[in-house]
Amino acid sequence: MQKNENIVLHADRVSKIYPGTKALDNVSFDVRRGKVNVLIGENGAGKSTLMKIIAGIERPSSGRIILEGKEVSFKDTTEARAYGIGIIHQELSLFPNLNVYQNIFMANEKTIYNLALDNKQHVTETIKVLDRLEYPLNPETLVGDLRVGQQQMIEIARNLIQKNLKILIMDEPTSSLSEQEVEVLFKIIRELTASGISIVYISHRLEEIMRIGDYVTILRDGRFVAEEEVKNINVPWIVQQMVGQEKSYKRKEREIDWSKRETVLNVKNMKLPKSGGGFLLDDVSFNLKKGEILGIYGLMGSGRTEIFECLMGLRPEFTGTVELEGKAIKISNVSEQIDRGFAVIPEDRQREGLVQTMDIGRNISLSSLTRYMKGMFIDFKKEDQKINEQIKDIRIKVADKRLPILSLSGGNQQKVVIGKGILTEPKILLLDEPSRGIDIGAKTEVFDIIHQYAERGLSIIVISSELKEILAIADRIIVLSNGIKTDELTGEEITEDRLVLASYKGHRKHHTNEKGEK
Amino acid sequence: MCWHHTRDTASIIPMKKEKSNMAAGTKKLTKNDIIMSLLKGRTFIVLIILVLFFSFAAPNFFTASSLLLIAKHVALYGILGIGMTYVIITGGIDLSVGSIVGLGGMIAGGLINEGLRMFGYTAYLNVPSIVIVTIAFGALVGLLNGFIITRFKVAAFIATLGTMYIARGFAMLRSNGATFSNIVGKEALGNTGFEFFGRNILGIPVGAIILLIIAVISGIILKNTPFGWHVQSIGGNEKAAKLSGVKTNRVKRLVYMFSGMCAAIVGIITASQLVASHPASGETWEMNAIAAAVLGGTSMSGGVGTIGGTIVGAFVIGVINDGMVMCGVSEFWQMIIKGVVIIVAVLIDQFQRNLQNRMALQSREENK
Repeated sequence: MQKNENIVLHADRVSKIYPGTKALDNVSFDVRRGKVNVLIGENGAGKSTLMKIIAGIERPSSGRIILEGKEVSFKDTTEARAYGIGIIHQELSLFPNLNVYQNIFMANEKTIYNLALDNKQHVTETIKVLDRLEYPLNPETLVGDLRVGQQQMIEIARNLIQKNLKILIMDEPTSSLSEQEVEVLFKIIRELTASGISIVYISHRLEEIMRIGDYVTILRDGRFVAEEEVKNINVPWIVQQMVGQEKSYKRKEREIDWSKRETVLNVKNMKLPKSGGGFLLDDVSFNLKKGEILGIYGLMGSGRTEIFECLMGLRPEFTGTVELEGKAIKISNVSEQIDRGFAVIPEDRQREGLVQTMDIGRNISLSSLTRYMKGMFIDFKKEDQKINEQIKDIRIKVADKRLPILSLSGGNQQKVVIGKGILTEPKILLLDEPSRGIDIGAKTEVFDIIHQYAERGLSIIVISSELKEILAIADRIIVLSNGIKTDELTGEEITEDRLVLASYKGHRKHHTNEKGEK
Repeated sequence: MCWHHTRDTASIIPMKKEKSNMAAGTKKLTKNDIIMSLLKGRTFIVLIILVLFFSFAAPNFFTASSLLLIAKHVALYGILGIGMTYVIITGGIDLSVGSIVGLGGMIAGGLINEGLRMFGYTAYLNVPSIVIVTIAFGALVGLLNGFIITRFKVAAFIATLGTMYIARGFAMLRSNGATFSNIVGKEALGNTGFEFFGRNILGIPVGAIILLIIAVISGIILKNTPFGWHVQSIGGNEKAAKLSGVKTNRVKRLVYMFSGMCAAIVGIITASQLVASHPASGETWEMNAIAAAVLGGTSMSGGVGTIGGTIVGAFVIGVINDGMVMCGVSEFWQMIIKGVVIIVAVLIDQFQRNLQNRMALQSREENK
């Protein structure tokens, strides 16, 4: 191929064959210099595989990688890094046991005479790079103590300190970021591209791609589908290319007079102290009607997940009153809360939702085993029947329910976690980012499931950081910001603008307070 | 009970089902499937090979008397191994079991020979009461383990390392390091019959019978009760288990308690077999228990393991130990060989797990 100044890296007819499947089939891909090259496709389309090959994590079964006109082949990521290719993984690959600067300079340490670590330099450079990211953090903080969004920034910082960085691959960098953090990230991306660094950007969020992307390449089932400049296309076109048909989530308006519905849950003055002063939740009150879908919108660190943690008994130290069906309850531990009719679908599916060593069926029935007893023993027939019902009810695509849980795709794994919660026959279902990391098709299905259960009278609280998603799904939305409830919207009031506005309010209020006190 | 460590009810039947499924789906039985079934049965295969080998190598190996001796030893490792399997499945470890064996033996032996001195009187308990008291002590040490681990979030390795020394120390203190010998009791005191646990019934050692009973009960609990599944869920993903409503701390405490009880039972059996209790008995036996569990396919990272596997593992350890003695292999070589066997077993285990994961991911792709 000809050397083209505008193309920094060219993947030439790359294939990757795993035992039994072809993850990539003859895909060619150009990384254009100083541009944001977006790669889109549903889960399993081969995006991540292609990225892994470019970043040196996997080797192609056939095909070539040409970097600035020269064919290259990377043994591992270290070698790829030496060539100036950095990657930010979807699943963060940081060391929670080490602090911020140790993480940033891991395997790239500055030393004094090649012997002692030069931690002074580490700290100053860390402060510098974090300033550049407009994300000041104490360099000595343990990464394990940071929220996911903050950790993402560390991942980026880690690549930025690379001197000869030419290509930065970002695999779903925004999936755990708040809107505010996304803005920062986009600004950084703009700066990077302006300085000649090429970005490869993978994302499920199409609006984002329209904003930040320059070129779009679409993959489907491991094959190349289309490539286009972003200015020539729109979201429906992308979706059509991705799935072969047009899909988007529509808002389902429900004609219900909520004032006549009974209140299932009433939370008053929920307060949760933060270690080291301040509050994670500051006087939050809200209620939940029977059959209602209540959305909680807020940025990273706004206290949204903490509400669930309080309700589930993971934070028994919170103060305030919680009334379940009119009766005040004292919340002390998880299993008691489940018995009372609460169920939670945690944000992090792999770490908190699934037991990877158990099969699909047992992951579904785990929460409700004690309901299927014959004397002292589990009544396997009844358990089996319940699992089957649930698999059918929430349409989990599964060949055999005794297969390992990891044999399911992300979307189906998520449905398993939801199914587990629903099998406990809850009164209140708490969903924390239920569509995180799953493809559009599965997302719509998850939304349908949520609606279906709300129609049957289940009361649901959904946390989401995706505007479009929460708009489509919730009957009513409360907005949290910095631990404070800043807005509550129903029906017509629900607009993107108002949500975004409210999601910053808490910080402003806080700042003025501080000033006032001083 | 079967010997491989997946959750299939019986080893052979589901395998057949798989095959017929494959046939129905007009799929060939792949090489992976065959390797898999061989891998799942590896410990059993190893056991058979060992038995055959020693039968030829040591002419007196395959005789009733030596097999009886092996069964006696296997009973000890097996019972310890069962408790250990439960602990390891929750993702923990129990290093204190060897010391509890010693302590249990000293408590039982002391109660028989010296009785219970209180308020200037000496009370002699009958044997069933002694057994109950001893097991209760084992449970107590186990509960202490569980309490330290769950209440103070101390790593299981450290907590049980501590209680290992504590229990051993108390065992030594009981007699100032001396042995209680001839613990048969006296007719006049009504505490005879302790040797029973070291005897044979219909040619089978009582210890082996106790092992069988414990194995069946604990196997059923692990497989057929919510408690058993909660144990497995904790080792698989403790956080998810907790959010699913599993009372993780309670389950863990019970599991360590059970392990302590198993160790106390072994203490009784071994004291009874020797008709003497020595405070140093059971030293390093925790390692045999861990080895039995691991050989039986219990994953040290938790979540996976079966009682049946551990029993086979205990047999492998027992056969290697006694077989090599009968062949006249030096004690030093025995250690080396045992170590090699354990490492190889874990290597194969990892290989199998990788294969299993690969097959899972493969079917995930196929389902797309």
